Amino acid sequence: MAAPLLELTNVSTHFHSPAGRVRAVDGVSVSLEAGQTLGLVGESGSGKSVLARTIMGLLPSYAEIPEGSAITFDGQNLLTMDRKARRAISGPGIGMIFQDPMTSLNPVMKIGQQVYEGMRHHFGTSKAAGRQRAIELLTEVGIPQPDVRIDQFPHQLSGGMRQRVAIAIALACEPKLLIADEPTTALDVTVQSGILDLLQREQRDRGMTLILITHDLGVVAGRCDQVAVMYAGGIVETGSTRSLFARTRMRYTQALLDSIPRLDRPPHERLKSIGGRPPNLITPPPGCRFAPRCAFSDAQCESAIPPMQADEADATHSFACWHPRDPEQTAEEVA
Amino acid sequence: MADPTTNRPLDPVRPTLSRFRRMRPTTGKSGQFGIAFWLPLAWLVLISFTAIFAPWIGIQDPDSLDFINLQTPPNDAHLLGTDHLGRDVLARVIYGARVSLVVGFCAPVVGMLLGLPIGMIAGYFGGRIDGFIVGAIDTFLAVPGLVLLLLFSLIFGGSLLVVTVSLGLLFIPIFSRISRAATLSFKSSEFILAARTIGANDFNILVRELLPNVVLPVLAFGLVAVAGAIVVEGALSFLGLSVPAPHPSWGGMIAGGREHLEESPHISIFPAIVMFLTVLSFNLVGDTLRSRFADVREAAI
Amino acid sequence: MSQVLLDVRDLVVEFPTRKGLVQAVSGVTFELRRGETLALVGESGCGKSTTARAVMQLPRPTSGQIVLDGDDLVAAGKRDLRRLRRRFQMIFQNPIASLNPRKRISEIIEKPLKIAGLMDAEKRRQAVEELLETVGLDPAVAMDKRPHEFSGGQCQRISIARALILEPDLLICDEPVSALDVSIQAQILNLLEDMKQRYDLTMLFISHDLAVVRNVADRVAVMYLGRFCEVGTSESLFDSPAHPYTRALLSAIPVPDPTVTPKPIEMIQGDLPSPISPPSGCRFRTRCPVASERCAAEVPEMRDLPDGRAVACHHPLVGA
Repeated sequence: MAAPLLELTNVSTHFHSPAGRVRAVDGVSVSLEAGQTLGLVGESGSGKSVLARTIMGLLPSYAEIPEGSAITFDGQNLLTMDRKARRAISGPGIGMIFQDPMTSLNPVMKIGQQVYEGMRHHFGTSKAAGRQRAIELLTEVGIPQPDVRIDQFPHQLSGGMRQRVAIAIALACEPKLLIADEPTTALDVTVQSGILDLLQREQRDRGMTLILITHDLGVVAGRCDQVAVMYAGGIVETGSTRSLFARTRMRYTQALLDSIPRLDRPPHERLKSIGGRPPNLITPPPGCRFAPRCAFSDAQCESAIPPMQADEADATHSFACWHPRDPEQTAEEVA
Repeated sequence: MADPTTNRPLDPVRPTLSRFRRMRPTTGKSGQFGIAFWLPLAWLVLISFTAIFAPWIGIQDPDSLDFINLQTPPNDAHLLGTDHLGRDVLARVIYGARVSLVVGFCAPVVGMLLGLPIGMIAGYFGGRIDGFIVGAIDTFLAVPGLVLLLLFSLIFGGSLLVVTVSLGLLFIPIFSRISRAATLSFKSSEFILAARTIGANDFNILVRELLPNVVLPVLAFGLVAVAGAIVVEGALSFLGLSVPAPHPSWGGMIAGGREHLEESPHISIFPAIVMFLTVLSFNLVGDTLRSRFADVREAAI
Repeated sequence: MSQVLLDVRDLVVEFPTRKGLVQAVSGVTFELRRGETLALVGESGCGKSTTARAVMQLPRPTSGQIVLDGDDLVAAGKRDLRRLRRRFQMIFQNPIASLNPRKRISEIIEKPLKIAGLMDAEKRRQAVEELLETVGLDPAVAMDKRPHEFSGGQCQRISIARALILEPDLLICDEPVSALDVSIQAQILNLLEDMKQRYDLTMLFISHDLAVVRNVADRVAVMYLGRFCEVGTSESLFDSPAHPYTRALLSAIPVPDPTVTPKPIEMIQGDLPSPISPPSGCRFRTRCPVASERCAAEVPEMRDLPDGRAVACHHPLVGA
C-alpha cells in the first residue's frame, strides 16, 4: 500500500492566553491517502479549524506546537521545514478555502488577478497565459460569463459565486491537497449543494485529496470516504463514512447524531439533547473529555483518558471510549 | 445577495482563533497591565497629588521674588534652581501643574458633556437630524481652532475659565463623532430591538441601553483628550493668552526662560520635561485603557 | 379547533435603498390559530425575517393588516401599540447580541415588567428568579452576572426568559437556534416546546433549516422573494411538496446517512434575482425547472388544494 499523502502524528496546537495554556488541539493522529476525502466534523471550539490552520502553517504568533508533533505531507515533515520551503508548499502542495467568501477575497483586487496571482508567484506564468487560465478555471467552477466576471470585483458577486471564485483561486495552483474549512456554512442550502457538488467533482477529476471541515454531519455523510469526529481538541472517532455511521461506537458521535432534528421524524418529537457545554480547554477534564456530559460515564471515564482502539469488524474504524456503544444494538435509538 | 448573518454558528466557544487574536501584548506578564501602564500612572498620581496639596507640602511661594538669587542653577535651597526673577522653579512647576491639570481635565469634560448627547442623538435618530448635526460639526471644524481661541481670549480676556470653556468647545466635534459612531454600531444590535419590542421609548433606549455602551469608548478617548488639552493650554500660555502673567503655568514658564536659554537652560527645560512626561503619561494610560475597553466590548458582543 | 390569534392580510414592506425601492415583502396573507406553531422558511433575502419584524411593528409595515386578537397593530397609535406589545414578544438569532452587554441578567429580564409598570421591586425579583429556574438556569448564580459570562445557549435561555416574563400570547422566534451548535440547538428547541406548553404560546418560527422546522412546526409557509409559495401542514408539505421551490429546498438538505447519495437539486443554479426588479409573473420562474410561458405572464394566485394546503403555482406538483 502506498504511503499516505498526509499523516498527522500526535499533533497538538496550544495557545498562550493570559488565563493559561489553551489546548485547542491535543494529540491528534490521522492519516489520509491520496485521492481520498476526509470529513472533519465537530462543534464550535472542537479544534477542527485550528487543526486545519496548523496543517496550513497559518497559526498566529501566540500559538505553540509542542515537541513530538509531526505533520508529514508527501514525505516531508511540515513542522521542521524552513519557512521558505514551507511557503512553496502552500498553493501547489496544499490549498485552502475559508468559511467566509466575503472576507477571504481581496475586495480591491479584480477577480481574475486573484485567480492568476498564485500561478504567477509559484510557476511564473505570464500575465496573458494566467488570464487565459483564469477564464478556464472560472468556467470550470461554474461562473457564468467568465470573460466579463474576470474584470469585476468581489462585491459584484453573490456569496455563492464568491465561494466559487475562492475555489478557482485554490485550484489555480493545482494543489495535491485541498482543505475546505466550513466552505458552505455562510451560504444558503440551495447554494450549498452546488458548492459541495463542485468540490466533489474537482476532487474526482483531479485525483485531488480533500479535507472537508464542517459542523454538519449531513454534509459529510454523502460526500466523504472517511470521517473524523473531533471533540474538545481531540479526534474521538474516525473511520470509513459507512462504518462510522452504521456502527457508531463513541458515545459523543452517537449523541451528536441523535440531537440532529431529522426530516423523517414526526413533528414535536422531543430531541435528545446533550446536556451541559464543551469543557474549558485550559483545564480540560482529566479523563475522557466528553465524560462530564456523557450519560454512560463512570469513575474510569472521569480519571483515565481512553486510548484509540480499533472496531472489531473494521480495523480502519477506531474510537476513544471506555464504554463504547454496541453497534449491533439499535434499541436505544428506537426508545 | 446572501445574508451573512444566516446559518453561521456564533457560540462564543466557536471563534477560537479570533478570540485569542484579541489578546494584545499591552497586557503584560501579570495578565493585567504592563509597566507601560503603571509607571505613567504613578507619574500622574504624583503630579496630581503635589498640585492639589501644593500649599501644604512645604514648597516655597511660587510668586515670591528673590533678587539676590537670580537664575541660580539647581542647588539645595532651590532643587530646580530659580528663574530670572529669583522665583523657585520647582514651586512654579508644581503650581503651574494646577493650571495644566484644571484645563486638561475640565476642557474635555465640557466637550464630552456637550458632544456626547449631540453625537448620540445624531446617531440614534439618523435622517435629517443626523444630516443637520453632521453638517454643523463639519462647518465648525472648518474654523481654525487657534483663531477661535485667540478670538475668545481677545473678547473675554485670558482667564482659566475662558481658556477651559473655549478649549472645551473645540472638543465637541471629536466627542460627538466618537459617540455617534459608537451609537451607530450599537443601534442595530438585537438588544436595542429587544428593548423596542417591550415598548421602551426613545429616551429610555438612549439613556438605559445605549449610554452605558457608548460612554466607554468616549471615556477612554477622554484621557487622550486630556493630553491634547494640556498641550494646547501650554501653547496658549506660551503665547501669553492663557492665565495672566504672574500666575505660574508651564507654557508661560517655558516662554519666560526663552531669553535666558544659553546661560540658564534649566528655567525652560524643567517645565518642558514635566509637561512632556505628563502628556506622554496621559497618552500611554489612555491608549492602554482604550484598547482594553475595545477588547471588553468585542468580547461582549 | 381554535380561534385565530393573529390575522395578517396583504402585508407589504418596502425599504428605500440607493438603487431603488425594495419590496422585501409583497402582499403576504396568513393566519395563526391559538396554540399553533407556524414556520416561515426560505433562503436569505426571501423576506421571512422582514415579515416577522413587520408583525412586531419594527419597523412598521408599508401597508396591510395585522390583527392580533381583535386589535389591528398597523392601525394602532403609538401609545396603544406600546400597551399591546406585552402580548407579542420576540427572540432573536444572535443570542449574545440580543442582550445588552453592560446590564446584569436580573436587570435584563425584569426590564419588560418595569417598562410595563407592573409589580414592585420585590415581586419583580421573585418573578425573574422563577423564570430563570423555568428556563433551566440557576437564579442564585445567574442573577448578578453579565451576558458575556454565559455561552450562546445560555444567553438564548435568558432571551427566552425576557420574552416570556410578560406572559405574551404570541412568541416570534427569528432563527432562534441557527447560531447555536447542534447539541445546544436541541436543548433550546426542547425548551421552546416546553415553554409553549407551559405558557399556552402561539409561535411564529422563522428558520432557514427545514429539519428544525419539521421538528417544531404544525404548519409551514415557504417564502421566495417576498411572496408565499406554499402553506400547509408540515406533514403534507414535507412528504409531498406541491410547489417546485419547496421540492428544491427539500432536495438540497444534506441527510446524515451515508447510504443516501446526494441528488442534484431540482432547481436551476444561479443567483437570486434582484428584489428591486423581481421577475414578472411567478417570481421563482427564472430558476424553476417546470416554468412555462404562462408563469412569466401571469402571477400565480394562492389557491387551496384538496388536502387543505394552499399553493401559488401554475403547475403544482400534486393535486392539480
